[in-house]
Amino acid sequence: MEARDHALIAATQTGLPLVADPYGAIADRLGQSRDAVIASLSRLLEQGAIRRIGIIPNHYALGITANGMSVWDVADGEVECLGQAFGALAFVSHCYRRPRHLPAWRYNLFAMVHGRSREEVAEKVTELAILGGGHVRDHAVLYSKRILKKTGLRLGA
Amino acid sequence: MIALSDIERHIINGLQGGFPLSGRPFADAAATLGLDEQTLIATLSALVAKGVISRFGPLWNPEEMGGAFCLAAMAVPPERFDAVAEMVNAHAEIAHNYERDHTHNMWFVASSLDSGRIAGVFAEIEAETGLTVWPMPKEREFFVGFRVEV
Repeated sequence: MEARDHALIAATQTGLPLVADPYGAIADRLGQSRDAVIASLSRLLEQGAIRRIGIIPNHYALGITANGMSVWDVADGEVECLGQAFGALAFVSHCYRRPRHLPAWRYNLFAMVHGRSREEVAEKVTELAILGGGHVRDHAVLYSKRILKKTGLRLGA
Repeated sequence: MIALSDIERHIINGLQGGFPLSGRPFADAAATLGLDEQTLIATLSALVAKGVISRFGPLWNPEEMGGAFCLAAMAVPPERFDAVAEMVNAHAEIAHNYERDHTHNMWFVASSLDSGRIAGVFAEIEAETGLTVWPMPKEREFFVGFRVEV
């Protein structure tokens, strides 16, 4: 990441200006050309520093209030393939391989599942279980009961 | 839950990514959606004002911005749960902490600009609580196609 990328983060963190030429407006604010702003955004998208550009929905306002952390015990050789398949589904918001801690914790694949109710989340987890088929040795869903702290991640800008 | 018009639905379903990098990106995106530039800009502004969308723009990946993050879990005896939550939350490095319904019932994320600090925070929490902190670092992130359908 470059120093001027931090200025770009600061300028776009709360969103793009909703005007006909938003990149030009950001460029004016930063004292750069519009082409330079577009080139930086394009590079940061390619690097993965920007995941995507578009609508960031407020899930709660849209009624998507239930989430379950589904955890899966998958053979080490299959976790890559299954992780790709789970992550590609529209209702999975995060999908990671994480270490087991045997014997206390056997699950090595995590997929966060969202829905309008716990029942909908459970149905979607069943879809994942069907997709996983014989590669899944065991799975569980950990529903969130309470937010104990949420300060948000601080950015390095 | 807020009621949505057909145009609002169409825009939310169609524009959760792929916003063009061009001189007139709203005009380009509107053309793809079968709308005009002014309608798209006005509808997005209204959706932001109503709180249906948090914002419109880049979704930054905090891990690419410097600093380290790590998820961890603890199995806290129910009778000590609130006291332990207080000890964990007292650390400034703890960004999120959730109660979940499992033997591993406390799940939190530590973040610090100094990547070496994460292990230190976990060690302090173990010393203060007498409980094991199970670090669950990301070993691999899979591509995520998450989008909301309304």
